[in-house]
Amino acid sequence: MAMLRDADFRKPDAPSPDTVLSVQDLSIDFNLRTHVLHAARNVSFDLHRGRTLCLVGESGSGKSVTARALLRIIDRNGAITSGRILLRGGKGSDIDIAKLDERSRTLLGIRGGRIGLIFQEPMSSLSPVHTIGSQIVEALRLHQAMDKRQARAATIELLRQVEIPNPETQIDRYTFEFSGGMRQRAMIAMALACNPDILIADEPTTALDVTTQAEILDLIKRLQASRGMAMLLITHDMGVVAEVADEVAVMRYGRIVEQGSVDEIFHDARHPYTQRLLASTVRLEQNPRALTRPAEPAHAEAKPVISVRDLSKFYGASATLFGNRGKGVRAVESVSLDLMAGENLGIVGESGSGKTTLGRLILRTVEPTSGTITYNDRNGHAIDVTALSKRELRDYHRDVRLVFQDPFASLNPRLTVKEVIGDPLFVAGRARGAALERRVGELMELVGLDPQSMERYPHAFSGGQRQRIGIARALALDPRVIIADEATAALDVSIRAQILDLLLDIQKQLGLSFIFISHDISVVRYFCDRVAVMHRGSVVETGSAEQICTAPTEPYTRALISAVPNPDPRNKRMLHRTRFTAEAAP
Amino acid sequence: MTHVFVEGDSAETGPAITPIKRLKGRETAVAGPWALIWLKFVRNKVAVVAGIIILVMYLIGAFAEFLAPALPEASKPQFTYAPPQELHFFVTDPDGTSRFMPHVTGYKQEVDQASLKRIFTIDPEKVVPIGFFVKGPKYRMWGLIEMDIHLIGPLKSTDTMYLLGTDKLGRDLLSRLIYGTRVSMSIGLIGVVISLTLGVILGSLSGFYGGWVDLTIQRIIEVISSMPTIPLWLGLAAAVPLTWSPLQVYFVITLIVSLFGWTGLAREVRGRFFALRSEDFVTAARLDGSTERRLIFRHILPSLTSHILAVVTLALPTMIVAETALSFLGIGLKAPVVSWGVLLQEAQNVRTIATAPWLLIWPAGAVVLTVLAYNFLGDGLRDAADPYES
Repeated sequence: MAMLRDADFRKPDAPSPDTVLSVQDLSIDFNLRTHVLHAARNVSFDLHRGRTLCLVGESGSGKSVTARALLRIIDRNGAITSGRILLRGGKGSDIDIAKLDERSRTLLGIRGGRIGLIFQEPMSSLSPVHTIGSQIVEALRLHQAMDKRQARAATIELLRQVEIPNPETQIDRYTFEFSGGMRQRAMIAMALACNPDILIADEPTTALDVTTQAEILDLIKRLQASRGMAMLLITHDMGVVAEVADEVAVMRYGRIVEQGSVDEIFHDARHPYTQRLLASTVRLEQNPRALTRPAEPAHAEAKPVISVRDLSKFYGASATLFGNRGKGVRAVESVSLDLMAGENLGIVGESGSGKTTLGRLILRTVEPTSGTITYNDRNGHAIDVTALSKRELRDYHRDVRLVFQDPFASLNPRLTVKEVIGDPLFVAGRARGAALERRVGELMELVGLDPQSMERYPHAFSGGQRQRIGIARALALDPRVIIADEATAALDVSIRAQILDLLLDIQKQLGLSFIFISHDISVVRYFCDRVAVMHRGSVVETGSAEQICTAPTEPYTRALISAVPNPDPRNKRMLHRTRFTAEAAP
Repeated sequence: MTHVFVEGDSAETGPAITPIKRLKGRETAVAGPWALIWLKFVRNKVAVVAGIIILVMYLIGAFAEFLAPALPEASKPQFTYAPPQELHFFVTDPDGTSRFMPHVTGYKQEVDQASLKRIFTIDPEKVVPIGFFVKGPKYRMWGLIEMDIHLIGPLKSTDTMYLLGTDKLGRDLLSRLIYGTRVSMSIGLIGVVISLTLGVILGSLSGFYGGWVDLTIQRIIEVISSMPTIPLWLGLAAAVPLTWSPLQVYFVITLIVSLFGWTGLAREVRGRFFALRSEDFVTAARLDGSTERRLIFRHILPSLTSHILAVVTLALPTMIVAETALSFLGIGLKAPVVSWGVLLQEAQNVRTIATAPWLLIWPAGAVVLTVLAYNFLGDGLRDAADPYES
């Protein structure tokens, strides 16, 4: 271990024979209209054969730009201003990628030939108009000078290696016929086509469900070991880092602030930023609610605030102009839930499990096909939500509010923050003029924003601040229930923890109930009292947050929980995970 | 790998940047949508220049009487097909010194004995002094105020000045072009206003409610846009009573044309409504208890206005071209009304183009310049219309 001053930080080591790529003092600048952004500053690291370096950082830390610079595919307004990217080994001497011409043959040979790249978004990085096979065949024929028949055989072999079932038939399928996980497998096959020495994976599992993520990471790890590749994995998820990394470099504002072996980073972090990052990740593994609030037996007698019975939503099942289309899609099927006063109910599930639809059904922005929703209002009257008229629904929406996932799309960019937060008050006729301004100021203080900035427009705020604005808007009408639909999914991990703490704090002050919809089990564990696990439109298991996260009973829940990466490299969870075969389920 | 780290400086609070321009963070933070649109628009230099050209065109149209050196109908039969005269600022005196005096050179007339055609040649000896803000033929500014001051003209009222040449009746082309600007630039506006009203109302209804409302409106649009316009216009031009004045006739025709021309705008608005209706902030407003009217007028339409403005800017030149085309075919405006299309109609035959090419070049140039400027302006506005996308 060495504590170094900024200036002589990370002098390049003498190249060991295992080093395949060393980046030395790399700096990248972006020329923007009003300023030059130093996206990477004096970044240095080495990639070793058979080992994985994880580049960790929050959004905007420069991690993706650094990785893209290795292949020289940064955007036009960006340029490498200093430093060297030395590709070692190979036939000739070392190649400095930073000095190569953008169009040179050497560079084209390196891209895909010696360095393979996997992107985050498997849908947009594969062509939708070519078959999976033809795209891999093309890569093979470009770099390895194979003829068509050889390339096809090699492609089938590759698809087999990435564990795509029936590669002989799948090779002629199109991208849209593949699921997200399968597409990412195809993408990996393409990146591996030419036996690269180095694999760069840029957030390879961020767009995937947690169980698929576990499978893909598992696959990448095994392929890397069997081929002896060096891997550069870029991620924001400390859990993923702990599961797969050998070495870790933590980036912040374009600099590597700390670098070391995975164990050193997780158990002996020295830089305050790393410590903060770990703290917010690890904290999400616990549940502060369970500690601060003893279980209240009163629940048994108390009436629930919202009670959902046998709620179902089928799409496309109705008879159309051209005859009956058949069964349609069952988005939500016979779901029954109770939300108690002051309780946080989590709904977890993977994409397509119907959790978002369930939230919308409770708000009736989507009309349920069958089932009932009962809301017990402040006076204790039971209201049948499914039978409400448009006007009555407006009153219901004052008590049951929604917080959106996307902090950018959910605020009207053309209104000032005061108008956004004040809109529900204005519409309800609760406040006008100075009274409205006062109330908006109170709300902004409540969510930790400066009331002075209420004349600003949303574009002047960061993602986390915008989410606070969205929460303030939800609180404007003194609601009783807030439905938070993936309210923290778009935020960085440290801001995520702040927002969750804010919500818990507000709950304590105002006595709200939350329905918290999320795909992120650690967030649900941190925030919720009870959790309902959804799979294919139905609730498979309901229980306390602790019980679901530590002792799940249903096989699906067990598989789901065990696939969540554990942010502790000494206790890797994913590799010993329980698998749940979807085909076996009804 | 050795464990290394930067010595505890957590002082950094943001990405490292080197400002090029003075940052106006504070100002853009409170800048409203129109201010942002303006900031984005002025970055597009071509669009700004185009906007200035359009503005100048409308100013020319507005002050046509004052700017034109002569009246559009004043003809001098002795100067038929006279070529353009060049504007000079200095005269050389017989003693060799030059002095400042704006002037044009006069014509020498010869009659070709074989064809009995008058041929004009520029005579550098004959100097016609001209001046600015000179007294000239009397006119009524905007048909109200009697005036006789012209921006530019010959100092002696008996002299003539034809900067762009004359037509077959010896009328000053420059003056006619300036008067034509007024008619041509304004005639499309009425049509566009009608198209706009219909397009926005029907497009909004169609996009907001969807379902059978959308279905009906879209089928109507399809029927309307399948009608052939030129035969329709020809028929209408024939059906209009002969007693109407030519300008009245044209207004009626543009009115009918715009009743058929709103379909494109309606579709544009409908598409935007569809996209915006499912935006989170609209759902949020709905859950805030907003009525449908408030949703449309407070949340959706303000997001659309800049787009609509851009579409309208792109629709105007088609109206101008339509006017030109119709007048050229003889079913639009007719003399004595002066418009660019009417001027072009006079340059219809090959003989005219051969003997007096300026009759084609200047009106056509005006049309091309205006249409191009409108298109660049519209493109610039469309790019600037959504200042919130990255």
